[in-house]
Amino acid sequence: MRAVNLRRLKALCRKEAYQIVRDPSSILVAFVLPVVLLFVMGYAINLDSSHLPLGLLMEDHGPAAVQFEQALKASGSFTVETGVPREQLIQQMTRGNLRGVVVVRSDFGAALAEGHGGAAIQVLTDGSEPNTASFVGSYVETIWETWQQQRGQNQARMDTLPIDLRPRAWFNPSTLSRNFLVPGSIAVVMTVIGVLLTSLVVAREWERGTMEALLATPVTKAELLLSKVLPYYLLGILAMVLCLVVAVLIMQVPFRGSLGALFVLSSLFLGCALGMGLFLSTVMRNQFNAASAALVAGFLPAMMLSGFVFEITTMPLALRLLTRLIPARYFTSSLQTLFQVGTPVSFLAGNALGMLLLTTFWMGLTTLKTSRTLEAK
Amino acid sequence: MNVHRPAPQPEADSAFQPARPEAVAIEVKDLVKRFSPEGSAALNGISTWMKPGGITGLVGPDGAGKTTLMRTLAGLLAPTSGTVRILGQDPLPDGPLREQIGYMPQKFGLYEDLSVQENLDLYADLRGVVGEARRESFERMLAFTDLARFTDRMAGKLSGGMKQKLGLACSLLGAPKVLLLDEPGVGVDPISRRDLWRMVRDLARSGMTIIWSTAYLDEAELCDEVRLMNEGRILAAGTPAELMGAMLGRSLHLTNLAAPRRDVLQRALRAPEVMDGVIQGDNVRLVVRTAGQWPDLEPLQAGPEAALVEVAPRLEDAFISLLGGGPGGDSPLAVVTHAVILPGHTNQDAAIEARNLTKRFGDFIATDAVSFRVAKGEVFGLLGPNGAGKSTTFKMECGLLKPTSGQALVMGIDLKQSPSEARQRLGYMAQKFSLYTQLTAQQNLEFFSGIYGLQGEAQRLKMEGMIQAFDLGPWLSQRTLDLPLGFKQRLALACSIMHEPQILFLDEPTSGVDPITRREFWTHINALAQKGVTIMVTTHFMDEAEYCDRIGLVFRGKLIALGTPDQLKRDSITPDCPHPTMEDAFIHLIQAYQAERTEVAS
Amino acid sequence: MLYRLLRLIRKELQVVMGDKKTRLMLVMPVLLQTLIFPFAATLEVRNATLAVYNQDAGAASQELLQRLSRTPSFTRLLPVHSEAEVQAALDDQTALVLLRIPQHFSRNLAAGAPAPLQILMDGRRSNSAQIAMGYVSQVVQSFGAERGAHPTSRLVLRNVYNPNLDFKWHVLPSLVAIITTIGCLTVTALSVAREREEGTFDQLLVSPLTPAYIMVGKAVPGVLVALFQGGIIATVAVFGYGVPFSGSLPLLILGLVCYGLALAGVGLFISSISETQQQAFLGVFAFMVPATTLSGYISPIENMTVFFRILAYINPLTYCIRIVKGAFLKGFGFADAWTAIGPLLLISFCTLSIALYLFRRHIA
Repeated sequence: MRAVNLRRLKALCRKEAYQIVRDPSSILVAFVLPVVLLFVMGYAINLDSSHLPLGLLMEDHGPAAVQFEQALKASGSFTVETGVPREQLIQQMTRGNLRGVVVVRSDFGAALAEGHGGAAIQVLTDGSEPNTASFVGSYVETIWETWQQQRGQNQARMDTLPIDLRPRAWFNPSTLSRNFLVPGSIAVVMTVIGVLLTSLVVAREWERGTMEALLATPVTKAELLLSKVLPYYLLGILAMVLCLVVAVLIMQVPFRGSLGALFVLSSLFLGCALGMGLFLSTVMRNQFNAASAALVAGFLPAMMLSGFVFEITTMPLALRLLTRLIPARYFTSSLQTLFQVGTPVSFLAGNALGMLLLTTFWMGLTTLKTSRTLEAK
Repeated sequence: MNVHRPAPQPEADSAFQPARPEAVAIEVKDLVKRFSPEGSAALNGISTWMKPGGITGLVGPDGAGKTTLMRTLAGLLAPTSGTVRILGQDPLPDGPLREQIGYMPQKFGLYEDLSVQENLDLYADLRGVVGEARRESFERMLAFTDLARFTDRMAGKLSGGMKQKLGLACSLLGAPKVLLLDEPGVGVDPISRRDLWRMVRDLARSGMTIIWSTAYLDEAELCDEVRLMNEGRILAAGTPAELMGAMLGRSLHLTNLAAPRRDVLQRALRAPEVMDGVIQGDNVRLVVRTAGQWPDLEPLQAGPEAALVEVAPRLEDAFISLLGGGPGGDSPLAVVTHAVILPGHTNQDAAIEARNLTKRFGDFIATDAVSFRVAKGEVFGLLGPNGAGKSTTFKMECGLLKPTSGQALVMGIDLKQSPSEARQRLGYMAQKFSLYTQLTAQQNLEFFSGIYGLQGEAQRLKMEGMIQAFDLGPWLSQRTLDLPLGFKQRLALACSIMHEPQILFLDEPTSGVDPITRREFWTHINALAQKGVTIMVTTHFMDEAEYCDRIGLVFRGKLIALGTPDQLKRDSITPDCPHPTMEDAFIHLIQAYQAERTEVAS
Repeated sequence: MLYRLLRLIRKELQVVMGDKKTRLMLVMPVLLQTLIFPFAATLEVRNATLAVYNQDAGAASQELLQRLSRTPSFTRLLPVHSEAEVQAALDDQTALVLLRIPQHFSRNLAAGAPAPLQILMDGRRSNSAQIAMGYVSQVVQSFGAERGAHPTSRLVLRNVYNPNLDFKWHVLPSLVAIITTIGCLTVTALSVAREREEGTFDQLLVSPLTPAYIMVGKAVPGVLVALFQGGIIATVAVFGYGVPFSGSLPLLILGLVCYGLALAGVGLFISSISETQQQAFLGVFAFMVPATTLSGYISPIENMTVFFRILAYINPLTYCIRIVKGAFLKGFGFADAWTAIGPLLLISFCTLSIALYLFRRHIA
C-alpha cells in the first residue's frame, strides 16, 4: 500500500469529525443509547432476590409454628403472604404472583418435639422460573436450618447440626449482583456502539455517492481506512469514559483496577469492534444491511456468549470454543476483573492477547476487502 | 405491442465516425465491460476518441452505458477487455494521472453535513492544492459559481442549482486537464442549467477537455462534439452540425392546423413516408424517411390552410433516425378504454380545479393562491424549477396533501371534505414509477386493480386487456426490479388506469427514458385524452411541455404564467430572441417575473 | 371494502416473502437463538471447579470430599496446598468456589463438637457462585445430619411445574415470545418505511383505502408472522427439546394474537416516525433490548427498582411470556390466562390508537 499523506489524512479525519458531530443519529448511538442501556441493564437485571413473594399456609398454630413464622418474616428475603386459603395460594403461584408456598403442616409442633426426622414443612416453588425457584428453596432451607440450630442452642439440646458452614466472598464482598453485571453490561454496550456506528459509516458514503467522488481523488486505501478508524476510536473512548462515570459515580459500582490498564484493554477491544463494523460496512454497501448484520453478529453474541450474565463454563464444549472468537468475552472478563479485583497483569494479558488476535484478523480482512475502485472485491 | 415500428437496426457507425486526428486527449479501443459473466454487457465494444479542449457530449437514455463509460475513464472501474488511455496513460492504477482528471459523479459528490467552505477545503486538501494557489483557487471558484455569500451554509441546504455549481467547483480544484461531468444537469431547472453551461464553456475555451454526459438531446446540441450512445454502443460520433446535416431536408412542420393536433398526428403517423412525429406547440413536427418524399396532405384532414414546411433538424431527429424511427400513433389503449362520461352535474370546463390553493409549512409558503381550471379531455402541464411549489400544488390536487387554505377540486368534489368519493375516479403515477420491486408484474397488476375494487371476472378481463395492450406477456413473472426501464413505465401506467379513472395525474412520467419509449408513452396518453380522460402532468422536459394543451408555470409558489405553449412562446419574443424555444420562454418568463418583483420592492 | 383490505394483506405477505432482507431478518435470529440460546442462556452451574484446601487428615473429610465430587455441578475437585495457592485459584478464576477444611475437622465431628468449615466464592461471578454454594451446602448438611447424634425434622421440597428445574423449560417458552417479537416488529416497522423509500406509499394514500384500512392491512400480516414463528418455535420446543405442553392450544393462539396486535401497534408507531428502513430497524432494536430485559425473563420483576417495575408492567412481552409459560408448563385455564390477556388487549388498544393518529397526521 502506498504511503499515507498526512495532509490528506487530516482532511479526511476532519470531514469525518464534522459528520459525526452534525449527525444526530451518531450522537444518539454513541451517547444516549449506551447510557439508557446501561441503566436498564444495571437496574433492571438484578439477580439478588430480596423481595421474593412467598405464600405461607399455617396448618399448625402452636408456639413453635408461630416462632417459625416470625423467623420467615424476619429473614428479609421474602414478602410473606399469610391467612389465605390453600387453593388461592396455589392459584397465585400459577398466575406468577407468588414464587413459592410454604406449608407448615398440622403436625409441625409434634414432629419437632419428637425429633424423629418426620417431615414438618413442605415447600412448593414455582419451577417455571428455575433460578428464583432454586433461591426460594435454598433460602427457606437455610432459614429452617438456622432456626433449628438457634432453637437447639436456646434449649441447650444436642440436636444441633455439627457442621457450621461459613461463606465468604472473595471479591465483591457485598455480592451485589449489580457489581458483577454492570461491567458485563458495559462490554455489551461498547460492542453495540463499536460495531453499529462503524457499520453505518462506510455504507452511508456508498449510498450517498460520496465514496465515488473520493475514489476519484488521489486518496490511498490506507488513508481511507485510517480516516474511518481514528475518529470512531476516539468516539468509542469517549463513550467508554461516559460509561465508567455512570457506573462508578451514579450506580456506585466499585472500581479497583488501574485506569491505564482499562485504557489499553478498551483500545484493544475497540479495535476488534471497529474492525468488525468496518468490515460489514465495506462488504455491504447499504446501510440497512450493514446495521442488521452488525446487530446480529455483534450484539446477539455479546449478550449471550460473553459471560455477561450466562456463565461460560456451564455451556457445552462447542459453545465454549465459540466464545473464544467473540471479542466481548475477553472484554467482559477484563472488565469484571478490573472493577472488582484490581490489576492482575498475567490474567489480563491473556485477555489482551485474545483481543489483539481478533483485531488483527478483522482489520486485516477489512483491508483486503477495501477496494480502490468501484468494483466489489 | 402492435404499433408500427421496424426492428431497431442501428445504422453502421462507420458512416458517422470521422477520421482520428493527430492529437487526442482520450482514446478508447474496443472497450467492453460486463458486471457479471452471464449478464449483458454494459459497454459492448466502444471505440472512440476525444480531442483536447472543447466539450464532448455523451448522449443517451438511462441504461445506455454513459455512467459506466465515465467511471471507466475516471479509473473507477476496470475494463473487462479493451483499452482506455487518457493523455496517453491508463487511468486505472494509482498515479499522477489522478491529479489531472476532475470527476463529478451523478449525485454531485458533496458532503451534505459539511458547509460550502468545508467541502472546498476537503477537496483542496485531497488534491494537494495548498498555500497561495489554494487561496487564489477559492477566490476564483467562489466568484465563478456565485457562492461567496453562502460559504457557511450546509451543502445539504443548497438548492439543486447551487449544489451543481459547488460540485463543479470541487471537481475543478487542482486545475485538471480533463474534466468528466456525469449528468450534471439532471433534475435541475433550465435557468441553473444555462448558468452551468456558461461556466463550462469558459473552461473549455481555456483549453480544458470536458466530457459532459446527458440524456437531454437539446443540451447535446450545444456541445462541440457528440457521441450518441444506446445499449452499450456508440451509434454515431461527430459534431452536432454533421449529425444534423445528415438529416437535412427530412424535418417538417405541419402548420395552420384546423383539426385537433392529436388526431392529425395520429393520422400523419400512419403515412408510410413518415418515420417519426411529435406535437410541437400548435404544430405537428414530422420526420420523413427520405428527403424530398413528403406525405400526402389529403388523408391527414388537417384543414384547408394546413401546409407542410421544412424546418431545421434537431439532434433528436437524428437520434430517432439512427434508432430506426419512432413508434406509430395508434395506441392499443384506444380499443380497451371507454369514452369518459363525467357525472351530470360536473362542469365540463373544470374537471380539475384549483381555487386560491395555498399551502404553508410553518413560515414558508410553498404554494401561494394558485388558481386554474382544466377542462375535460385536456392535457395540462405543470412546470417550474425544483422547490418552486410545483410538486406541492400537484400533491394537493391528488389529495396527498391537505391545503392550508383554498380548495383543490376534482370533478367538483372538494378533496379536503370527501376524499374517498374522488379517489376511486383518480389515477396516479408516481415519480420513478413506484411499483413494488419485489413483486412480479402479475402481482403488481393484481394488487392495484384489487385495491380499486376490481374482482373476479371483471378483474381478469381488465388485466388481460392491459397485458395485451402493453405487450407485458413475457414479463409477467419477472420481478419489477429486473424489468427494463421501458417496461417498468408501461407497467406503472397500466397499474394506474385499470380502474378506468376519469382523471389521471402523472408525476414526471418519462424521466430518464429514451426518446422512443417517451413517444410511445405519449401515444398512449394521447389516446386516453382523445377518449376524454383529463390529464395533469409535471415535467422538466421542455419538449414534453409542448405536447400539453396548456401549461401552468409555477415559480416561488405563484402561478406566473398560464396558457398554451405557443402563447407562452409568443409572450417571450424579444429582439434578441425572435423565435424562442420552450426553454427560452421558461427562462424569460421567470426572469421577467423576478425583475417585476424587484421593481415593486424598490 | 373488505375485499380491498384482503388484497392489501395479501400484497404485504407477498412483499415480506419476496424481500430478501426481510426474509433474512425473519430467519436468521430464529435459527441462531433456537440453536444456541437454550444451551447458552442458563443460570445453572455445571462443569465448575471446586478448589479444596484440606488441612485435616481424618477420614471424615475424605468422605465429604468424595460426596462432593459426585455432584453434577463440579466436574473437577482441585486440591490446593497453601494460602498462596488459595489466592491464586480464586484470582485466576480457576475455581468458582473454594472449600477450606481446618485441621481438627474429623476429630471435632466424631466428638460431637461444632466443626466449622469455610467456603470462599468468586464474588465476580456472584450469581453462579451463590448457586454453587447452595449445592455445597446441601451436601454438607446432609452429611452432617447423618453423622449427627440426633436426626432433625425434615423439610420436603417440591418444585412445581418443573420438578427438575430444567432451565430449558424456562428458556424455550420464553423464546417463543421473544422471537415472535422480533419477527412481528420487523415486519410492521419496516413496512411503512420501505414503502416511503420506494415511493409506493403515495400510491397507497391516493387510492380509496383510508389510513385506518391501510394500518389494519399492515398490522394483520405482523400478527400472522407472529403466529407462524411462534408456532415453529413451540413445535421445536415440544418435539425437539421435550418441553411439556400441558395447556390448551387455542388459548396459546389467542394469547399470541393479542400479543401480535400490541406489537403491531408498536411497530407501526416506529414506522411512522422513521424516514428510512434503517432508522426503523434501529427503532426496533431500541425497543427490543429494554423489552427483553424488563420482561422478567432474565431476572424477576420484583427485583427491579420501582421505575423499571412500572415499565415492566406496561411491557407487552411480560404478559406474553406469562401466557406462553402458562400454556406450556402450568396448564393455564381461561381465567388464569385472562390476567395476562386483559392487559395485552389494553396495551394493543393504546398502541394502535397512537399509530393511527400518526398515520392520519402524515397526510395533513
